[in-house]
Amino acid sequence: MQNFEYANPTTLNDALGLLGSAWGEADVLAGGTDLLSLMKEYIHSPKRVVNIKNIKELGGISKVGSGLRIGATVTLDELSSNAMVKQMYPSLAQAAMEVSSPQLRNMGTVGGDLCQRPRCWYFRGGSGLLGQDESGKSLVATGENKYHAIFGSGPAWFVSASSFGPALIALGAKVTLQSASGKREIPVSEFFVSPKSNGEREIALKPNEILTQIVIPAAGKNANYEVRHREAVDWPLTAAAVNLTMAGNVVKSATVVMGHVAATPWRASQAEQMLTGKTINVELADKAGEAAVANATPLSGNSYKVQLAKVAVKRAILRAAGIAI
Amino acid sequence: MPEYSWPPMNKRAVMGKSFDRLDGPQKASGRAKYSSDLNKPGQLFGVFLHSPHAHAKVKSIDISAAKAMEGVTAVRIIAGPGAELQWAGAEVAIVSAVREEIAKDAIRAIKVDYEILPHVVQEQDLSKVGSRAKAAGEQVTGDPDKAFKEAAAVIDGQYGCPVITHCCLEPHGNVVQWTGGTVNLWPSTQAVSSIGGDLAKQLEIPATDVKVQMDHVGGGFGSKFPSDRWGSEGAKLSKESGGRPVKVYLDRSNELTIGGVRPSAFAKIKVGANADGKIIAWQSESWASGGVGGGGMPPIPYVMTKIENFRLNHTAVSLNAGPARAWRAPNHPQASFLTCSALEDLAAKLNMDPWDLFHKNVEMSARPEVYRKQLVKAAELMDWKKKWHPRGAETGNIRRGVGLGMATWGGAGHASKCKVSINADGTIEVEIGSQDIGTGTRTCITQVAAETFGLPMSAVRVKLGDNAFPASGPSGGSTTIGGVSSSTRKAAVNALEKLFERVSPGLGVPADQLEAVDNKIQQKGNPAKGLTWKQACQKLGVDRISEMGENVPAQAAKEGLNTLGAAGIQMAEVEVDVETGIVRMRKMVAVQDCGLVVNPKTAASQVYGACIMSICSGLMEERVMDRVTGHVLNDDMEFYKLAGMGDIGEIVVHMDITPENDKRGIIGLGEPCAIGGLAAIANAAANALGVRVPMVPLTPDRVLAALSSDRRNA
Repeated sequence: MQNFEYANPTTLNDALGLLGSAWGEADVLAGGTDLLSLMKEYIHSPKRVVNIKNIKELGGISKVGSGLRIGATVTLDELSSNAMVKQMYPSLAQAAMEVSSPQLRNMGTVGGDLCQRPRCWYFRGGSGLLGQDESGKSLVATGENKYHAIFGSGPAWFVSASSFGPALIALGAKVTLQSASGKREIPVSEFFVSPKSNGEREIALKPNEILTQIVIPAAGKNANYEVRHREAVDWPLTAAAVNLTMAGNVVKSATVVMGHVAATPWRASQAEQMLTGKTINVELADKAGEAAVANATPLSGNSYKVQLAKVAVKRAILRAAGIAI
Repeated sequence: MPEYSWPPMNKRAVMGKSFDRLDGPQKASGRAKYSSDLNKPGQLFGVFLHSPHAHAKVKSIDISAAKAMEGVTAVRIIAGPGAELQWAGAEVAIVSAVREEIAKDAIRAIKVDYEILPHVVQEQDLSKVGSRAKAAGEQVTGDPDKAFKEAAAVIDGQYGCPVITHCCLEPHGNVVQWTGGTVNLWPSTQAVSSIGGDLAKQLEIPATDVKVQMDHVGGGFGSKFPSDRWGSEGAKLSKESGGRPVKVYLDRSNELTIGGVRPSAFAKIKVGANADGKIIAWQSESWASGGVGGGGMPPIPYVMTKIENFRLNHTAVSLNAGPARAWRAPNHPQASFLTCSALEDLAAKLNMDPWDLFHKNVEMSARPEVYRKQLVKAAELMDWKKKWHPRGAETGNIRRGVGLGMATWGGAGHASKCKVSINADGTIEVEIGSQDIGTGTRTCITQVAAETFGLPMSAVRVKLGDNAFPASGPSGGSTTIGGVSSSTRKAAVNALEKLFERVSPGLGVPADQLEAVDNKIQQKGNPAKGLTWKQACQKLGVDRISEMGENVPAQAAKEGLNTLGAAGIQMAEVEVDVETGIVRMRKMVAVQDCGLVVNPKTAASQVYGACIMSICSGLMEERVMDRVTGHVLNDDMEFYKLAGMGDIGEIVVHMDITPENDKRGIIGLGEPCAIGGLAAIANAAANALGVRVPMVPLTPDRVLAALSSDRRNA
């Protein structure tokens, strides 16, 4: 493991001054549930590690207008036990509880969830985000891909590991990315990107930026559903988040986002259209699920995930509508 | 000749009673020190360089950069130029350094030039393994072709279970120090008494020069018998580093890659039966792999071995993957799964309740009466007759089903020597070169000694985990409790005789008329004529009594202290979400045959643990090999999936503790309970879904594929 400098700033400005201009110079440490193993496995070898857990302004959950601001270092446990979150954004509280390890919920942060690296076994094995064999073929495409993408056109076939990404996108949330020279606010939907080369990252964050907060507007009926092989802690096979703006019993507008199906959370516009103007029932939810996966392009070993994505969408819709799954 | 037999069942005060394991609080609180917890003064860390290729030859190796690194004390080449490496993860070199991360950096500085050779790492499709397949030859009994023609029902199925690993909580490794003429080894082993000799051979030194000590072992399951490279190379690193102790432990990735595996097993099976369900013909073509050495043939047909007509073919497949090691009941869970799956399919074809089909056909087992009784008991505990339904009866999105599996095992005690001492203060010391692999060995030995002396548990101190103690066998084959209890009993009886001889003249009672009960030595049946235990022991003065006892397997059956033969029936109830293909456990029932049970609580713990292992291998556990790189892809606990608390469901354990079984003496229980669960779970899923999922673990992809092929066929 490369020796590194450990910095423990207490203000955001100090922290921003400690970041580098290129990846590899500095890594941000919050809960450490991902970074520590990345460093032990030689996937990340930063020269400096900047702990941001002692920066007060990065924590806390507070009301902003009719929505909420969630600080980047809020833990999954704080999020899932917060009364405002539970009432306004059950999808987020559900997604946090689906990380079914108290240890991870106590240590892991919301910002860390968005910034964590993919769990793709080729990436974690040291072959890079877009690992290739000697002939230049994608390792994922030619090798073992049962946990990989069923949407997208490559060359990235890993799936975004974020638990909150789909729900935040469905809720229309924005993230604030701050550097020493200023800050920018972008929709969460633009935060996740599908890299085209091994040097690129899967998120829009730049090496000199810190994700400081998430701002979520008022939401409709929202819910999250994960399909997980194990009841115990496990990465979801697929997930879906839904936000329904209702006019009485009728869906005025819907946002449906799938997780763990592509290099980024994946918007299911066809499902959204199918729901709009209608009253939710089991049959409609099932059809919306089908529409959501109509354009799926599974790899050699993961066509089963198409069915699981469909079910996740269906059940997230039913859960949002308060209908028994 | 002293009488060594066990005291009658109804007269035991300590044996046969449930005690918490004596080292439980230590283990639960973290105070128990495993060898991997040790940090000796001046200790170095040894780290292996592993082959990145699944099959390669070393062309050249340059260790100069690693050697020159600050903090590195020694670098050793294991696979030099010309060496052929047969699996990714094979050890190429080893480095010791003052800190673990320096050793890890150093192995990355070793430059190896490999000639990459073609690899094969997957065996599920036998047609794709080419010359890696080696047929074992055909066995035929009776006239299977004729019998199949005459059969009223024939099924033809294909079943498979993949390679899984041992997943010991404490990985393989040791701390070792070679200084002067002595090697001190603190291993993680199932074989305290023999590992030292093993290491001595590798180091070409006398066995007497290796001292072995181990207080606790964090799981072995059959994978921790020999002295491995971490022992011999660690010792050499120690010697080359001026005799400093070296800690070499595999990390989780290497543990899952080279720490040993259970071989896979696949089979195409044809079974024929009469209209009443009696099996008359069996034909199987099985194949398996546990690495380069191929894979053992699962003993099929399992349990029902007296089928009149059968034809068996087996093919061993050599893979470029980490080698097999014994895994809790080697080949039996696979054989049980293959056989019981085919029989459940046969029952479905005959529109029979599989319970009836098994009940009828256990006639062809070695112990029909035992299995029949167990089937009845298990059915009662599972409420089988109410829960079982014909295939296809469940039609909702959540479907329940029940299934059963069978087991058979030996379990006679291993060779064991033991020394028991009586001190003048009345305390008892037991010294034995055994190990407590999780069985509750310490606790059971304490119970046997306390029972023999008529004393409470607190009077006995058991010392094990040291090769200076009398040699006792390795903990494998479910042989430990039978072996150590018998040797302890004999040593204790011998010691007690000596004490009787000492106190006999004073009491005026012949030694052979004395007994030790309730903290007293007294004339048999006459509490009025006796001494307290303390008073009796005080007569030893400055002396102590030390006597040996030995369990000799060849004589054990005659003596009656331990014997073999443990049948078992396990049942599972599962719930399947047919939209997601996710299978959840509702309930497991384990009816376990046994002999004399020393401690019902630790015995039942064995069964609970075994059921959980079956749930893991039934629902989620498998090693994933990458056809492209030849690597183990799920070499971590995220994707090498084991059950958590929420995945286990209810487990009901019934031990067959009866006066009749008690007379058989002690029979080992570690393995028989780890056999039938896999088949039970697979069969329960078939019952729930109405269709066979041919391969375990029952992952969502496999369950959904089976359902969709069923829909296509319908």
